[in-house]
Amino acid sequence: MTELSLRGLTKRFGAMTAVDDVSLDIPEGRFVCLLGPSGCGKTTLLRLIAGLEAPSSGAVLVAGRDQTDTPAHKRDFGMVFQSLALFPHLSVAENVAYPLAIRGVDRATRRNRAAELLQMVRLPDLGDRRIHQLSGGQRQRVAIARGLAINPRVFLLDEPLSALDANLREHMQMELRQLQQRLGVTTVVVTHDQKEALTMADILILMDGGRVQQVGAPMELYRDPANAFVAGFIGNTNLLRGHLRGREMAVAGTTLTLDDGDRIKAPDGPAILSVRPEDTRIAARGVPARVTFLRDLGESVQVVMDMDGTEVTALFAPRDRPDVSLGDSVHLAFEPGRRVVLPA
Amino acid sequence: MSRLGRAFVLVILGLLLAPLVVVAGVSLNGTQSLRFPPVDPSLRWYGALWSNADWMAALGNSMLIAALAGVLAVAVALPLALHVWARDGVVARALQTLGVAPFMLPPVISALGFLVFWVSVGMYGQMTATVVSHAVFLVTLPLVTISLGLRGIDPALIEAARVMGAGRWTVLRTVVLPLIAPYMISGYAFVFVLSLNEYIIAYMVAGFTVETLPIRIFNSLRYGYTPIMGVVSVLFVAVALVVFGLIGRFGNLPRLLGAERARE
Amino acid sequence: MSAHRATPAWLALIPAAWLAVFFLIPFAIMLSVSVAHRVPGGFFEPGFEIDSYARLMTPFFGRILMTSVAVAAGAAAICVVLAFPFTVILAGMRARGQTLVLVVLLAVLSLSEVIIGFSLSTLLSRTAGVGNLLAWAGLIAEPRAYTPGLFALMLGLCYLGLPYAVLVLYPPVSRLDPELGEAARIMGASPLRVFWTVTVPVLRAPIAGAFVLVFVFTLGAYLLPQLLGRPRHWTLSVHITDQAIFQSNLPFAAAMAVVLLLVSLALVGVSLLLGRGGARA
Repeated sequence: MTELSLRGLTKRFGAMTAVDDVSLDIPEGRFVCLLGPSGCGKTTLLRLIAGLEAPSSGAVLVAGRDQTDTPAHKRDFGMVFQSLALFPHLSVAENVAYPLAIRGVDRATRRNRAAELLQMVRLPDLGDRRIHQLSGGQRQRVAIARGLAINPRVFLLDEPLSALDANLREHMQMELRQLQQRLGVTTVVVTHDQKEALTMADILILMDGGRVQQVGAPMELYRDPANAFVAGFIGNTNLLRGHLRGREMAVAGTTLTLDDGDRIKAPDGPAILSVRPEDTRIAARGVPARVTFLRDLGESVQVVMDMDGTEVTALFAPRDRPDVSLGDSVHLAFEPGRRVVLPA
Repeated sequence: MSRLGRAFVLVILGLLLAPLVVVAGVSLNGTQSLRFPPVDPSLRWYGALWSNADWMAALGNSMLIAALAGVLAVAVALPLALHVWARDGVVARALQTLGVAPFMLPPVISALGFLVFWVSVGMYGQMTATVVSHAVFLVTLPLVTISLGLRGIDPALIEAARVMGAGRWTVLRTVVLPLIAPYMISGYAFVFVLSLNEYIIAYMVAGFTVETLPIRIFNSLRYGYTPIMGVVSVLFVAVALVVFGLIGRFGNLPRLLGAERARE
Repeated sequence: MSAHRATPAWLALIPAAWLAVFFLIPFAIMLSVSVAHRVPGGFFEPGFEIDSYARLMTPFFGRILMTSVAVAAGAAAICVVLAFPFTVILAGMRARGQTLVLVVLLAVLSLSEVIIGFSLSTLLSRTAGVGNLLAWAGLIAEPRAYTPGLFALMLGLCYLGLPYAVLVLYPPVSRLDPELGEAARIMGASPLRVFWTVTVPVLRAPIAGAFVLVFVFTLGAYLLPQLLGRPRHWTLSVHITDQAIFQSNLPFAAAMAVVLLLVSLALVGVSLLLGRGGARA
C-alpha cells in the first residue's frame, strides 16, 4: 500500500526553483534515501513532506489523503533534524516524551513510554541527564527515540548522522536500519553520502537541480543508471564520449560492438559510454591508451590511463594485477553485458 | 510569519512612530502654537531655526562634541578590542568589563561621577569635559562593534600574513584594520548619534556654559513650547534615520547588532 | 596562537589608563564626596561623615527609592512582555525587513529623553494629540490632556525602554536554532505552544537579563519623570540631579548615586548569574 505520495511537488524561492515537479509513490514500511549533491533540493523536498515549507504547487498525500494544507504539527510525523534540535531546557526523558506531553498523555504513561524508547535506542539509564551531558552518539539516539515516540506515520531524517565521526556513523547507519526494519515505519532520510544511502535504503531517490534523476533499488541505480549524472554519482565510473549507430559505439577511433546484455539508453548520434572501473580490462586488443598513474591500495589496484585525452580508471583485485608500468601503451576492453550507453 | 505576528510588529512600530509624526506635524504650524493637525502650515520655523543664533550655537556645540567624542571613543575602543581579541585571562576580562560598564549603569550615576571629577580637576564647565565624558560613557559601542568585526576574522589570515613575512604592525595595518574598518565606522556613527542626543551628562558637566541642543530644548521647554522644538526634534530623527539607514544599506545591520544569521 | 595576537600587551595600557582615569577615578571621587562635609553655598570639603547616608534613611527618601524601583520595574516588565514576542517575530523576518525595523528601533533608541518627553507630552496634550483626535472622532466630549500623570510617565519610560529591550533580546533570539521550533511543530505543538514550551523556556535567561538591563536603564531616567510625571513620581535620578545642581549639595547627591549604583550593580550581578546558569543548563 502506498503510504506517502508526492504529486507534482514544486517549490520556488524567488527566481530559484529548489524542487521542480517531483512525483513519487513510497510504499508503506520502506526505507527511502533522498540522495544528491548539496543544493540539489533534497532538504527542501523533505521539509515540504514535513509541512515546514508550503509548496508553490503540487500535493503531498499520506495514505491517499491530501495533507498539503495540513500544518506540520497536525501531521503526526516524526523527524530528526540535522542539528538534532534537542531541547536544552529539558532532560533526556522530557525530550523524548515531549510529543506525548503535547498530546496530553498523562505523566505516568509518558514516563513509561520514555523509558521504553530509551531502552530501544540502548540508553536505558540516561533519562534524567541534561542534553549537554551526552556525547554526540548518545544525542543522536535521543533524537531518534524522540522522533519515534508517537509511532509516527512517516519518520523523516535530515542528514541525521552528519555530525558523527566516520566509525560511529557507519555503526549508526546499521543500527538505524535495523531499528527501522523492526518497527516497519515508513522512513525518509536525506543524505549527501552515497555510501550511507547504499547501506540503508530500500529505495534510493537521486536528485540534482531540484529534479528527481532516478528512483529505484540501490543496485538498480548502480547497474542501470538512467543518465550520466546517476552513473557518476553512484559509485565510480568511466564516462567515455563517443558516437552511437545501432549497436556500434565508436569511442576514441575504435568501434565497439554492443551485445544483448549491454544497455542502450540513447538514440543514435553523440552518446556517452559508462563502464565501471571493475569492468574495465587491459587486453591485447581494444581501445589504445597510455598508463599515467598506478595506485596500489593493498585490497585493490587502480590503473589510471589516458585514452585520447579522457581519463579512464581500471580496478583490479591484487591477484589480477596487470603487468604494466607508468608510460606503457596498452589496449582497453570493456566487459560485455556491463556497458551502458547514456544520452550525451 | 503569521499575519497576526506581522500586525503586532506593525502596531508596535506605529506606536513608536506616532509621537514623532505628531511632532513633525507640530513643527509645520504657521503660528506660535502646538496644534495637530497643524494650523496654517508653513516651513517658517525651519527658517527660524537657521536664523536664530542661540539655536545655531547649540547645534554647533552638539555637532563638535559628537564628532570629537566619536574619534576619542573609537581611539580608546580599538586597542582595547584588539587586546581582548584572542586573549582570555583575568586582565582581558577585567578590561572588557571596564569597557562595557559605562553604558550599562544608569547614566545619572556616571554623570554625577563626571561632575565631581571635573570639579576636582578644575575643568568643570569646559567643552573638553563634555567631550571626554561622552567618549567614556559611549566607549562601549565601538568596543562592541569592533569586537564583533574581529571575531569574524579567520585566525588563519593573520597566520598566513605572518608566514609570508609580515611583522605584527604590518599585519595590523594591511590585514586587520582594513577588515574591521566598517565596524570602526559604524562604532563611530553610534557614538556620534548618541552623543548628539545625550542630555544628562552634558548638562551636569557643563550645562550652564556649553549649551547643547538637548539642553537648549529642555531649557526652552520651561518657558513654553514652540514649534521650533518640533523642528529640532525632526532634525534629530532625520540624522538618526540617515546614519542608521546608511549603516543598514552598506553594512549588515542584523549582524552588527549580534544576529548570527539573517535569512535572505 | 601568539601569531593571532595582533597587538603587544603593553598597548592595552593606553585604554586601561584612560578608563581608569576618566571612569574609575570619578567613581572613587564620588564615593569620597558622599562622605565629605557639605559646605553650604559652596561645594564640599574633605571629611568622613555619614550624615548624607543617614538622611537617606528617612521615610521620605525611602518612599522615593520605592517609587523609583516600582516605576522602573513596572516599565521594564511591560517592555520585556512586549519586546520578547516582537523580537521573536523580527528575527524570523527576511534580512531586508529586519534591517528596516532595526533602523527605526535604533533611531528611536538614540532619541534624547528631552525629545521623547517633548514628543509624548505633545502627543498626549489637549491641542495636538490623542485627546484632540478622540474628541474629533466623537469618542469624548471635550479634548483633554493625558499628561502629566503616572500613565504618561509609564508610557514615556516604555517608549524609552522598548527599543533597548528589543536590542538586548535580539542576539540570543536570532541565534536560537530555528530547528528547535520546527522540531516541536513536527511533534505536534501549535505555534503558540511552541512559543510557550520551547521559545520562552530556552530563552529564560536572556529574558531575565533584558528585564534587569531595562530596569537599570529606566531607573536612570531623569527627564521623563519631570516632563511627564507629577512631583510625587519623581525618581531618585531626578533628586540626584536636583541636589547636585540646584541645592548644591554634592555629598547628598553622591550618597544617593552610590545607593543607586549599588542597587544597579546588585541587579546586573543577579542577571549575570542567571545568564551563566542558563548557559550551563
